[in-house]
Amino acid sequence: MHNILMISLDNWYFLLNLEHQFYKILKNKNNSKLIMRKLLLLVLFASTTMATYAGGYRVSVQGQRAMAMGHTGVAVVNSAELVFFNPAGLVYLENKLNISAGASGIFTDVIYQNEDLLLSSETDNSVGTPLNLYGSYKVNDWMSIGLGVYTPYGSEVTWPTDWPGSHLVNNIDLAAIYIQPVLSFKLSDKFSIGGGPIYVTGSVNFNRNASRTLTDFEGNRSNITVDDTGVSNWGWSVGAMFNPTENFRLGFSYRSEIILEAEDGEAVFSNFPNSTSLPANGTTTFSAELPLPAELTLGLSYQFHKKWLFAFDYNRQFWDVYESLDIQFGNGSTSLNPRDYKNSSVYRFGLQYQATEKIALRAGYYRDESPVQSGFFAPETPRNDSDGYSGGFSFAITSKLAIDASFFYLRFEEVDESYDFATDPATGARSSFGGTYKSSAFAPGLGLTYKL
Amino acid sequence: MIKNNIKYLAVLALGLVACEPEFDNPIDETTSFTSGEADFSKYVALGNSLTAGFADNALYISGQENSYPNILAKRLAFAGGGEFTQPLMSDDIGGFSNDPLRFPPRLVLEFDENGENPSPGVYAGGVPTTDFTSNLGSSFNNMGVPGARVYHLGFPGYGTANPYFGRFASAANATVIGDALAQNPTFFSLWIGNNDILGYATSGGVGEDHNVTGNTDPSTYSVAGLDITNNNTFAGTYSQLITGLVGSGAKGVVLNLPNVTSLPFFTTVPFAPLSPLSPTFGPQIPTLNATYAGLNQAFAFIGVPERSITFSETAASAVVIKDESLTDISAALTQALTPTFGAGLAGILGAQFGQARQATANDLLVLTSSGIIGELDEDRAAQLVGLGVPQEQAGQFSINGVTLPLDDQYVLIPDEQAAIETARVAYNTTIQGLATANGLAFVDIAAALSQAANGGIPFNGGVVTSAFASGGGFSLDGVHPTPRAHALVANSIMDALEETYGAQLPRVDIGDFGTITLSNDVIQPPSN
Repeated sequence: MHNILMISLDNWYFLLNLEHQFYKILKNKNNSKLIMRKLLLLVLFASTTMATYAGGYRVSVQGQRAMAMGHTGVAVVNSAELVFFNPAGLVYLENKLNISAGASGIFTDVIYQNEDLLLSSETDNSVGTPLNLYGSYKVNDWMSIGLGVYTPYGSEVTWPTDWPGSHLVNNIDLAAIYIQPVLSFKLSDKFSIGGGPIYVTGSVNFNRNASRTLTDFEGNRSNITVDDTGVSNWGWSVGAMFNPTENFRLGFSYRSEIILEAEDGEAVFSNFPNSTSLPANGTTTFSAELPLPAELTLGLSYQFHKKWLFAFDYNRQFWDVYESLDIQFGNGSTSLNPRDYKNSSVYRFGLQYQATEKIALRAGYYRDESPVQSGFFAPETPRNDSDGYSGGFSFAITSKLAIDASFFYLRFEEVDESYDFATDPATGARSSFGGTYKSSAFAPGLGLTYKL
Repeated sequence: MIKNNIKYLAVLALGLVACEPEFDNPIDETTSFTSGEADFSKYVALGNSLTAGFADNALYISGQENSYPNILAKRLAFAGGGEFTQPLMSDDIGGFSNDPLRFPPRLVLEFDENGENPSPGVYAGGVPTTDFTSNLGSSFNNMGVPGARVYHLGFPGYGTANPYFGRFASAANATVIGDALAQNPTFFSLWIGNNDILGYATSGGVGEDHNVTGNTDPSTYSVAGLDITNNNTFAGTYSQLITGLVGSGAKGVVLNLPNVTSLPFFTTVPFAPLSPLSPTFGPQIPTLNATYAGLNQAFAFIGVPERSITFSETAASAVVIKDESLTDISAALTQALTPTFGAGLAGILGAQFGQARQATANDLLVLTSSGIIGELDEDRAAQLVGLGVPQEQAGQFSINGVTLPLDDQYVLIPDEQAAIETARVAYNTTIQGLATANGLAFVDIAAALSQAANGGIPFNGGVVTSAFASGGGFSLDGVHPTPRAHALVANSIMDALEETYGAQLPRVDIGDFGTITLSNDVIQPPSN
């Protein structure tokens, strides 16, 4: 409630300022009412329909300009954001040096209730801050090099401690930072390829109660925290871009699956009763694997008017690699948590309007299918299918430097779902935890684009 | 122009506020739960240890918090129920600081150093801090008093005899029912009568069955609570309680009494626990059988060959028990054994085996027998030495359940079970009859516990059974329910309230309620 109010106030001022800017610009340009109305319509469209998140723990916020257009970009040649979206496109950027940096603040909220048992709860998540930093440099007419740092996977969910689903999760904080050098080659004016290796470093902090009922003698719930940082591995991505006409581009990109293998991470057992039949309190190690699934993107962009650009991306995310979250503890305990995710798709649509020389307005929509199957709806990643609405703008302060702003809103239908595979560590019996969930996510973001 | 645009922006801002997720039908605004014809605004619970939340042989805070009346009251709160108070103990240890021997801390489940061989032990991680001489100064919604029998609730001055009531009795001569009625309950629960048979049952039937004696005056019953209350006494007293409770128009729910064979206290120790695989017992079998051969000849000679005692070398054997319903053949046995053992020892053995037999599947061994079967009874051995039996032989004839028949207090023989069952059936007829006559909700909890004992009650996350320690239904004393079973009782009551009064109440998921507590902070080191 508090968070949301703050957001809305921020945006109130944000929008007022924007309006003020437009007004000044328009007055200067003196080409008045018609454009004014168009602008307002666009802003209205963008905000009433508002944004980009994706299923599972994929956080699709990898560029402010793309984000504003529904996170399309595999066939949009616009900025160094292409390092992520499609390295093949970098070589078509006009400038020698391109730098894009940005960050968003993701405000998420999940509410839960069970009407039969009269349970309810709400997350108190801190603000997620996906970051991205991209640069590209045109070595010669047919080759560009680039570097990207971005955070495509992560999850931050904090339920009240000991809430009704606390045997599944109290809180989780996952983060993965991708660092990627790329090369981009122009094979012709119509065709280019690109790609590069990815270095990932990830971290996890996950706490949950040991079972639905286990407590120490004083009644404090027994719980386990796993924590590990600097879990690293390598992957790669490739892309291709085809420009059949001057105004029409097709793009393809593929980013490989990367399995983060936590070895000898830290696990802390707390509030276990003093019993030789149970793990002892204190610190031990853990190992676990968390897959960061591969993603395939196909898309197009079409400059259908000198001021208007339309983009469409299709993402296929190969979540079926996430079969189970199995944690092996150094004290001999194990925790097996079936996930059984399925591959999922996201359909993205974006629109850009070059309103003035200095101002570009953007809006987008996407349909994000959840990889979570019925009966596997765990409250650590409580995502069902969603609709994303995004908007934003770029304002060129100088010919070299522009401010990029974006925001998105993810709209989820409320869903009656359950996780049916919670296993009691003592009896091995499975129980179901379910009810009605509803989520929302909202993220304003700001960035800078520099070109030389 | 600008004004208009600001209007648009205001709409936008409102749109952003709407980003916060909200359910179509939030449960905190749901009013579908109702009390029906009942009024839950003042709920008073009457009963014994079950109502108080006594578990693991002690009363302690978390047990009280998970008592079925407290679980129920939290659900009643969604249909007009008011505050529900309980006479909470001072700690989670249980027992009384004034008398920790009679009122020890609770039982916990300890494991050996390998995390195996669980056994109950008395918690020793702290000492009881509850002082029963300090009166809590008020009455409580939960008026459950551990140990109470049906006639105790109307017994003036019961608080001076039972510290659990003494802690919150309004006056020295107060009655439980009087203090309950003084709260003007609009709704009550009454689950009483268990102790009217259970004291007799848990003590192996050493007390008196007043359906046999015909004694209807409870003031003359065993102070230790070992007797069976006369059926008419039960009916009359129970009726008075109901009359008092419904007198001011209160609605209520009553619960009947479970069969003792539903309780792990009576079903855990098998009648034939003596395994030839036991390293201590197995090697003794040939010697034992040789010794018993002489006795068995005497049984045959006297005409009771069915009392023969033999131990199998291939299968578990039944313990030897004393069956006080058998004809006492001590004299004849002494006579028959004298040529073999001499007059002195023959006299002792004659008395020891005059009513002995091996147990059968129809006998119920109480939980407390598990600690003594196969163990040397040192008192008996000393007694035999005193009677002139050589030390070694005295020891040989003092092994509980093997050479020394298990005493009455450890065994419920079929006659005793029948006495208990006769009384229970009569009590339950009274309870159900009065419920019907007064339009009260009735819970056949006996049926539920019978299901737990025969296959189990499935729930989201397992099955509740009456298996000792592992079944989830009973605490470590083998008699009192776990929080999970209390939750089951609360759900059963809500079912009855729906049926009788049309009350719509949200049930609980019993899998969210715990069972027993594991701890190795115990007085005794693990024993095998």
